[in-house]
This record gives sequence, C-alpha cells and structure tokens, in this order.
Amino acid sequence: MAKHHVTTTINGDPAEFLCETQQTLLDCLRDELGLTGSKEGCASGDCGACSVMLDGRLVCACLVLGVEAEGATIETIEGVAQGDELHPLQKHFLEDAALQCGVCTPGFIVAAKALLEHNPDPTETEARYWLAGNLCRCTGYDKIIKAVMNAAAEMRGA
Amino acid sequence: MSEIQFATPQTVKEAVKCLAGAKGKARVLAGGTDLLVQLRAGFVRPGLIVDIKHIPELRKVKREDGGFRIGAAVSGAELGANAAVKKAWPGVVEGLELIGSTQIQGRASLGGNLCNGSPAADSVPALIAAAATCHIAGPKGTREAKVEDIVSGPGKTTLKPGEFVVSFFLPKRPKRSGDAYLRLIPRTEMDIAVVGAGVSLALDSKGVCTEARVALGAVAPKAVLVKAAGKALVGTKVDDAALEAMAAACRDACKPIDDKRGTVAYRTKVAGVLAQRAARIALARATGE
Repeated sequence: MAKHHVTTTINGDPAEFLCETQQTLLDCLRDELGLTGSKEGCASGDCGACSVMLDGRLVCACLVLGVEAEGATIETIEGVAQGDELHPLQKHFLEDAALQCGVCTPGFIVAAKALLEHNPDPTETEARYWLAGNLCRCTGYDKIIKAVMNAAAEMRGA
Repeated sequence: MSEIQFATPQTVKEAVKCLAGAKGKARVLAGGTDLLVQLRAGFVRPGLIVDIKHIPELRKVKREDGGFRIGAAVSGAELGANAAVKKAWPGVVEGLELIGSTQIQGRASLGGNLCNGSPAADSVPALIAAAATCHIAGPKGTREAKVEDIVSGPGKTTLKPGEFVVSFFLPKRPKRSGDAYLRLIPRTEMDIAVVGAGVSLALDSKGVCTEARVALGAVAPKAVLVKAAGKALVGTKVDDAALEAMAAACRDACKPIDDKRGTVAYRTKVAGVLAQRAARIALARATGE
C-alpha cells in the first residue's frame, strides 16, 4: 500500500504530508513537517510533552495516528506566539524561570493555554489537576504553576 | 513486515464490512489511548486498523426511552460536558473522567475502556452497576449485551470476529435513585485503580432500598458484578449493618492479584471499604442530599 496522503490544517495554515498507518501524529509533525517544538518524552501518553490541540481538544500527539489528522485542525506550540510577540504564558515561563531543560515546556504551554481558554480564572488546585498529565523532572512544578497563574492574571487584565 | 491498512468507514455497515474483510487481525480505533501504546510496544500487529470515529452514532449522546444512548467513541471530555448524563448517572461519568490526564480525556472512550479488557478499567464497574447494555454490530447483524458479559479476562472480550461496540444504553433512572464510583490509587491523579467500586441503588418513598447493583474493578481478572452485595442492601434503609453485610459480600467476591501496588489482603479489605463509601454517596444522591 502506498503511504497515506494527509491534508490537514496546522496553526491556521494548510499542510500535507505522507505517512504510514502506524506513524503517530507526533512522528508526522516532527519528522515529516519539521515541527519539532512538540517533544517526545514517554511516547505512551504519560508525560504530555507532545501536547497539541486536535479539533479544539487537548491531546497527546503520540496517541494520535498521523492519518487521523486528515481534515482536522491542529494547533501546536509553533502557533502559540504571534510572530515575535510571545504569548503571556511563554513570557511568564521565562520571567518566572518555569523551565530548566525545557523538554516539557512546549507541552505545558499548550496544555496551560487550553486550560485558560476553558477557564480563565483557575484556582491553583484546578491548574495542578488540569496539568497532571504534564510531567516535569526539573522544576518541581511550583514555578510552572506560578507562571500559569501569573499569565492567567495578566490575560484577565488583573 | 507487512503494512498496516487503515480504514475510516462512515457507517456501521461499512465498518462491519471492513472488519470482516480484513487480512490478518483487525483492530478498532476509537480514542487510541490504549491501542497506540500497544502498537508502539509491539504487543499488537494488526493487518488493519478501523477508525470508527467518522460514524455519526459512535460520537453521539442522545435521550432514548427515558435513558441515554451514548456512542462508544464519545470521549471523556465530551461526556463530562454533558450536564444531562452527568445529572442522571454521575457515577458513570465520574468513572470515565477518572481515566488518565486532560490529554487522555480528549480521546478516551467508554467503548475503548471496555473493549481494552483491563480488569482495572475505571468506567466499567460504574457501567455494570448502572445495568448498562451495549449495542453490538457484526457480520451477523446487531445484538444487545450486558456490559458485564463483554470482557472475558485481561485483554480478552466475548466479541466475535468482526463485531464491535456501537453504543451504550443507560436505562431510565427511577425516582430516588443514585450511583457513584470510587477508586483507590496511591496518589491523587494519573494512576491505575488498585480497587474500583461502582454502586447504583434506588429507594422507595420510605427510604427502603428496592434495587441495588454493586460492581468491583481490579480485584479479579475482570470487573465483577457482586450480586450478593446488591442483595445485602435491598430491603434495608442502607444503614450501617446493611453496608457491612454488603462489604462482606464484596470481600468474598475478590480474587485479586498480589503485586507491589496492592497485596491480596489489602485489595480485599479496600474493596469492602470503597464499596461502602460509594454506596453512601449513591444513597446521598438518591435522597437528594
């Protein structure tokens, strides 16, 4: 069988790629499209480093087949900043030192952005539960949560 | 290594045809949160993957005969956002919503959780307690089956080749009824049940229990309906004595594995405790407290 020809929308732009059935969306983003912002941590849906939005839902790209992207709308970390203008979450992750090695950061930012779109004023507990599927082995999470809460406050105009 | 074919049928009929015509083993893809892990680990090597998410009835939740018909591929996030189902069957919804992270909830489904065949599947005890049934399609037509009759052991189901679960039916709620699901994990999130307990019960106008179903997860090769536990509640006011009798029936039904996550003695004891706590929540919901 020939490879699948997948036509999709990524960060608002039309995109297409070829893939085999077993290739994950994460493989396709990174290896076929060169969008290497989404990271592979565990490749089993535990760590959240590959978090992307698929048709408006937060998912792990490692648990989606590339061919499932046909006709779908995907948003990745590459679409979070507007040109040179960082998203408030990105700004606060830098200002609040919410990253060290940085492998988990794209996933945290995509997941936190989804949280704030769903709930602009989360409690710290809500933020921690929402982000329970994103693992960080460097920071101990406190700085990440602080950055998310500060970004949320800024985005609410507080 | 031969290539894996991929199909996206648009109707149940087409899906049945795809599954029946598969060269090699066919696997159904709903949310993929188990299948993709198994593919990657090399546990499964299907000849065909059939994505059932393009079939409208697999993605719908609708009212039917006073109850609800829930598509087998409806995600946890979608069901969790359905206020009507959550109000009528909070235990079922909380069972599904306990599975994995926010990311997993974006994809994980009742159909996948059941057919993956894990003894610890969080949505299954609640579905069994709710007396939910499955609508199954296959090469010989469609059939209905009780949820407790689908899984036959770890990773195994009674579905025949070419069959797949299309939807679940949650029956109409009698007045003064409630359900609940609880699981024990050593942390607060992102873990697999050491024990799970689902309880659904109904009361008459005097507060006497008229029907009760209790199901346990992770304490046997498959989720079990503990009929004796339900019986222990019927005819009582779900008082402490009745709850203790129910817990004893639960402990008797346990045949758990012994591992680092829970010994046989621990899982057995916790099964009784969790079932009691779930029954108290179901009771509070039934009485509107």
